[in-house]
Amino acid sequence: MLIRLRDRRTLGENDVTPEAIYHARRRFMAGAAGLGMAAALPRGALAASNYDEVEEGSGPPWFTRRFDNVAWQAVTAGADDTITPYGDATHYNNFYEFGTDKRDPAENAGQLTTEPWTVEVDGEVGRPGTFDVDQLLGEHRLEERIYRLRCVEAWSMVIPWLGVPLADLLKRVEPTSKAKFVRFQTLERPSEMPGQRSRFAYIDWPYQEGLRLDEAMHPLTLLTVGMYGRSLPNQNGAPVRLVVPWKYGFKSIKSVVRISLVEDQPATAWSSINPREYGFYSNVNPDVDHPRWSQARERRLPNSLFSPNMIDTQMFNGYEDQVASLYSGMDLQKYY
Amino acid sequence: MLLAWRLAVFAAALCPFAWYAWQVYSGNGGPEPGQYLLLNFGVTALILLLVTLSLTPLMKLTRWKGFALVRRQLGLWTFSYAVLHLLCYLLFILGLDFSALGDDLVRRPYIIVGFAALLMLLALAVTSNRYAMKRLGKRWKALHRMVYAALALVLLHFFWVVRADMGEWLNYALVAAFLMALRIPVVSRRLSRVRPRRGVARRG
Repeated sequence: MLIRLRDRRTLGENDVTPEAIYHARRRFMAGAAGLGMAAALPRGALAASNYDEVEEGSGPPWFTRRFDNVAWQAVTAGADDTITPYGDATHYNNFYEFGTDKRDPAENAGQLTTEPWTVEVDGEVGRPGTFDVDQLLGEHRLEERIYRLRCVEAWSMVIPWLGVPLADLLKRVEPTSKAKFVRFQTLERPSEMPGQRSRFAYIDWPYQEGLRLDEAMHPLTLLTVGMYGRSLPNQNGAPVRLVVPWKYGFKSIKSVVRISLVEDQPATAWSSINPREYGFYSNVNPDVDHPRWSQARERRLPNSLFSPNMIDTQMFNGYEDQVASLYSGMDLQKYY
Repeated sequence: MLLAWRLAVFAAALCPFAWYAWQVYSGNGGPEPGQYLLLNFGVTALILLLVTLSLTPLMKLTRWKGFALVRRQLGLWTFSYAVLHLLCYLLFILGLDFSALGDDLVRRPYIIVGFAALLMLLALAVTSNRYAMKRLGKRWKALHRMVYAALALVLLHFFWVVRADMGEWLNYALVAAFLMALRIPVVSRRLSRVRPRRGVARRG
């Protein structure tokens, strides 16, 4: 057997960390208080923003303006986590405002108007207000974070998001001592969202989600405005959405128009429909089954007929080291 | 003429399989082709079941025996698509993990109901030949009324899969309810009178 050893004197492209990325990573790691995200830079750091089929940097002015200063690969996924092709991540979506079939959002979301867009931040905050996306992002630099996305339906993808920590926004609006939870609301606009026109939908529009304040302040929680080096396509929740990688995908609410800091645990869309199937927390947990199917394993997409690509689901979707402390002492069988 | 009709029905029933297989082969089945086939074969089986159950009322209404001639064929197609649906579940969702199948069969109502419906269709399929008809005699008809129970279970199976919007399910349920209503004796007799048998008409 021949084993090829690379000459140590020749450095490959993947050995060089651009200075900007190096600093961004140091800064992020410091900010995240050594959360164990310091996995080695994977191959092709220089090509970080190059994704097939994607027009790099495309988006509205508030996005393009920030594009030169993106912290590429501020968080990377595991060694076995191959990034899902852009075409799959944008044509296999659950966004029931645009229909219940996985292909519906890609077909129907084109008509959604995302400019202008404002987000109301209210409730238990010292500085409430209505912000456009530019103001919402503030001065924080956009970070690329490659997260695993685990759908409650037992499939998963790996997606490079672009966004800023939600904590940055929350700190700016100064939560009061009464603020214990954060409630998020999606746009309700039946004229552009055919799913909201259905008379037989179970969801009580607008779609609502919620996090405990400490979950919302966690450095992994991302206020997201882009993916694959461009702004969010409409079907993925343009112009601004949440990404909470250790929870099932439906917690990562899309096309957000309102963020409210509240004292009591808010009602959320899915647990209102069926509390037995969808809890408020909905942390990824292989030991707590959905009543209709097992959560022990997942199908990593894309798969094919000949390789279903079944892998074991990880506790907290593999972010256990970073987030388990949020739930210490809690019975996760009870608070699913 | 009738042979051509039967062949045409055969070809038409093969089309969904060919179409979905082609979609997957050409990469249009999406990132999860197994799930794509699972859902589409399941819906095709339900549609074919409804088509099969519409043949008797259609024959009563039109007096064309062509409808009766393809009833067994379409029933067997229904069963075939249901089997494809099951195979997709075993292969692509469970990944042939049979312990997981055992778990599902014990704990998950929609799987139990779907499985029961498939067993019923299996019983109907294996007794659809002339030999079984002869042997079963009068009991054959009673046995094949089980198709109504299978339809109810299939709809329940579908209903329990729905997560966010029951609009699509409702379409199928309404068609099923309509087809069942046509079987209420009073309705069924009226249906036969729309175009009475020629012999009867002459006598009248």
